[in-house]
Amino acid sequence: MTLIQVVFVILAVAAIGSAVGVVTSKNIFYSALLLVACLFMVAGFYVLLEAPFLAAVQVLVYVGAIAVLIIFAVMLTESMMSKKARARNDQWWVALVVAICLAAVLLYVVVTATWQVSPAAPPTDAIAALGKALMSTYVLPFEVASVLLLMALVGSIIIAREEKPEEE
Amino acid sequence: MDWAETLILLSPQLLLVVWALLVLGLDLVVKKAKDGLAYLALAGLAPPLGAAIYLLARGTAQPVLSGMVQVDAFSLYFTIIACLASGLVILASMEYMKARTRYRGEFYGLVLLATLAMTLMAASSNLIMIYLSIEFMSLTSYVLVGYFRDDPKSSEGGLKYFLFGAVTSSLMLYGMTLMYGATGTTDLSGIASALTGMQATMAPWRFVFLPAILLMLAGFSFKMALVPFHQWAPDAYEGAPTPVATLLSVGPKAMGFAVLLRVLLTAVPHFQFDWVAILMGISLVTMTLGNLTAMRQTNIKRMLAYSSIAQAGYILVGIISIDLFSIVGVLGVLLYLMAYLFTNAGVFIAVIAFSHVTNSDEIEDYTGLARRAPALAGAMVIFFMSLAGLPPTAGFVGKLFVFGAAVKVGYYYLAIIGVLNSVISVVYYFNVVRLMFFLPPPTEERLSLPRFPMVAVLISVVMVLIIGLYPQPLIDLVTRSVTALAMVP
Repeated sequence: MTLIQVVFVILAVAAIGSAVGVVTSKNIFYSALLLVACLFMVAGFYVLLEAPFLAAVQVLVYVGAIAVLIIFAVMLTESMMSKKARARNDQWWVALVVAICLAAVLLYVVVTATWQVSPAAPPTDAIAALGKALMSTYVLPFEVASVLLLMALVGSIIIAREEKPEEE
Repeated sequence: MDWAETLILLSPQLLLVVWALLVLGLDLVVKKAKDGLAYLALAGLAPPLGAAIYLLARGTAQPVLSGMVQVDAFSLYFTIIACLASGLVILASMEYMKARTRYRGEFYGLVLLATLAMTLMAASSNLIMIYLSIEFMSLTSYVLVGYFRDDPKSSEGGLKYFLFGAVTSSLMLYGMTLMYGATGTTDLSGIASALTGMQATMAPWRFVFLPAILLMLAGFSFKMALVPFHQWAPDAYEGAPTPVATLLSVGPKAMGFAVLLRVLLTAVPHFQFDWVAILMGISLVTMTLGNLTAMRQTNIKRMLAYSSIAQAGYILVGIISIDLFSIVGVLGVLLYLMAYLFTNAGVFIAVIAFSHVTNSDEIEDYTGLARRAPALAGAMVIFFMSLAGLPPTAGFVGKLFVFGAAVKVGYYYLAIIGVLNSVISVVYYFNVVRLMFFLPPPTEERLSLPRFPMVAVLISVVMVLIIGLYPQPLIDLVTRSVTALAMVP
């Protein structure tokens, strides 16, 4: 095994292990912390795949912003931190069976399929190429994403606001 | 293509963005006359509608911005559906929202943004755009469903819708990555040509693409509320502000069919044999389960939710009944969606008008409505006839084409089960009619119905009857749209 393969196996085991932990942990706070670990491992995959920009974005956005937000939300919600909060309901075994079947199918697909591999060498200046692609080929998704985020911003304010009687 | 031409081709979408931002911005400034914003939002739907009709008349059919979207008769037809649906919804929500919340400016802004998302769904011809526009539509819908923050049912509906949406959209995204990994492109026509190239060389290729198609179908089925991704619909429709339920039942559902048709016919026509089998199963279960569950409902919004699930099952019959020589099935889908737009929006808006005055959505409260509000009861009879597929209404034309296509390609049992289901649906539709016309009302007091929803009901009744009695212009338009879809390389 090459060094990269060794690193990959370590990352993969850690990522899957922490992901299973997120679902099975009884304490929701541990789940949140394990989610942070899992997201870090995914950033590691991006580094292995020579996508340093994506790795940096993964750490900044997912670990830095989203995971911290989740942890804050858990800590500030009284009932979630108490011991009474249940992490699973009576249908957990149905979910387990479905999840295992789905995983088996996907594993079979991933192992047996012939994947497209680009013959081109990795670009030396990947970030510049990414920026150019976002502003040329992918300009429409880029702009639509900005409108989507604006809508999400307005929407989150609407959901969080307080309903007060009308001022006439 | 020069930039001016690009702007013209994308003008419906651009006009909608600008107008939505205008409404949201003015909402900050305008303090008193919030209702002016409703008129403004309504007026804002006219320019995109006009632009879509202009582009349709010009006969445009080309990919825009590196093939991210396709502006052709097909996408423009659905753009028109989106604008009409939002127009009816805004008309219907004026008095209703005024009585229930003071935050109305944002509501109309969000409805315009939802319209934008719908037009993008209709035009997307790249997996990235399909994912983004579906996600855009879903996020807007979650907020709109949970709009009444202090109403537990509204919040519950929004949350359930969100949880379902999050799961199905991640499944869809996974399917898209499988598709990209196996073909090396996200462009729909690119996928089709990659598949053609691969067909000869790769032996076990089915095993990648079938799971990919199935996973993507999960995401699309969620938007169309097909079984087994339908459970959110009754709760979301019941809890949501009724105008939002109106929008959800006609807008995103139609756009889900637009995306489904484009993906199936443009990207994976090689797998027609497989997806026809899958969709056939889904269609049979969807219409039967929807109808049988609708019969037991006591809340009219829940009944209509299950009825709209069943309707999606009928529409699927049109997609199933495609073969190489016949496009009648697709014709039927597009016709049905336009007929369904006016029918279902109409019946929901009638429910809005009723519940605005009585604050009730229970079916038993409709008892004797014919004496208390004859016009409303009469309109509802026409909508129920159209939903059940009786002549001379629009629903009859839609069902005729869809089931006709099934007979034409030889799926007799599918057509028979569809017709049997329509007969079942008559039971619960006409149960409401029986209550309205043949039972005495609890009070003789006349209902003073809100004005704007009644205008929307009137427009819907007229359109249902026009499509039902003289469908030829619509059939011509739809034929052009379907040909545009078939022409995509």
